[in-house]
Amino acid sequence: MSHDHDHDHSELSDIELRVRALETLLTEKGYIDPPALDELIETYETRVGPKNGARVVAKAWTDEDYRARLLKDATAAIAELGFTGRQGEHMVAVENTGKTHNMVVCTLCSCYPWAVLGLPPVWYKSPPYRSRAVRDPRGVLKEFGVSLPEDKEIRVWDSTAEVRYLVIPERPPGTDGWSEEELAELVTRDSMIGTALATSPLKEDLSA
Amino acid sequence: MNGAQDLGGQMGFGPIEQEANEPNFHEKWEERAFAITLAMGATGSWPLDASRYARETLPPAEYLSSSYYEIWAKGLEKLVVASGLVTDEELGQVKVLVPAKPVNKILKADEVAGALAKGAPVDRPESQPARFQVGDRIRTKRMHPEHHTRLPRYARDVEGVIETVHGVHVFPDANAHGKGEQPTWLYGVAFKGTDIWGPDSDPKLSLRIDLWEPYLDLA
Repeated sequence: MSHDHDHDHSELSDIELRVRALETLLTEKGYIDPPALDELIETYETRVGPKNGARVVAKAWTDEDYRARLLKDATAAIAELGFTGRQGEHMVAVENTGKTHNMVVCTLCSCYPWAVLGLPPVWYKSPPYRSRAVRDPRGVLKEFGVSLPEDKEIRVWDSTAEVRYLVIPERPPGTDGWSEEELAELVTRDSMIGTALATSPLKEDLSA
Repeated sequence: MNGAQDLGGQMGFGPIEQEANEPNFHEKWEERAFAITLAMGATGSWPLDASRYARETLPPAEYLSSSYYEIWAKGLEKLVVASGLVTDEELGQVKVLVPAKPVNKILKADEVAGALAKGAPVDRPESQPARFQVGDRIRTKRMHPEHHTRLPRYARDVEGVIETVHGVHVFPDANAHGKGEQPTWLYGVAFKGTDIWGPDSDPKLSLRIDLWEPYLDLA
């Protein structure tokens, strides 16, 4: 006789049981309010994500005054677009140039600029990236399909405090006259972490 | 503490596993772990620094074999017990056995947007002058504290240059342990890759690390 059928009813992993136990106890003891939990999840599922950061970058690419404000006081400049708060309280924007490529990591935990990028991807929080980004960023970039010239400085930002870093990737060539909305489409999450470049429209043309 | 969380420069973890169109949460329990962690943070029962310490004190083998939301959930178990909000027996039996303790705040759904937009800034008024200025050459301390610290092992006893004076920020080494915020100057420090990793380092690598004044001495 097979036991498979019985198992189907109760196959919860250890961690599922533990999280469920925590939620049950914390709710029954009145420390948390269940509708607030749903609202917290909903916020990051639908309202806060890398589209926020892409708007910041696209505006910096097209509006020189905004770019200057962003580099001087990123927290205030980003707040102008309505993005503020948790894990974005103290923002710094770092700009990629012909000479310097910036890349962001948190070797000690998973610090990430939520207000502009949303929640971090699993790889950002995992040992392979956290261990290597500070020692071998060029090798890391190769894994992401990015090859930088040997003479380009790579500047790695380890987010050890509550300061959060947003990389402003270089504006791709072939985008003269593009609108902010069009440009924002080229600004990927990874390009704002520094593990990718902004999407190039020229590349697409070449491969087409 | 020299725990498993202090990953900078370690080797042997293999390739970086990327996932196209990755969702925020891969399983339902991850959503719940995320939300209860944030909601409990909002009760004001402990600061974020204490959450980080709770996570990094997981035994190294467990830390390294847990997914990030598992680490959060296991850290939260420790925090609720340490703060007396839930007992070990209650966690074991999944049953309320002792009355709830009062907390500063219970986050309601209609307060979530406001609370997230406000965040929790950690800059504080200046109470003493900064010891270092932009351009100063510093050396990070050689230290191996058993308590929470944000000076990574790979960046200890290394020379660097003060590049930014961020202001006075809450000091995690104290705040994680119920010793108050003890706000102190925070600096952005620039390091050469070769000063950290030696002559084998990529010659064009430089690092920027945010470090509090007690971690630093003039070089």
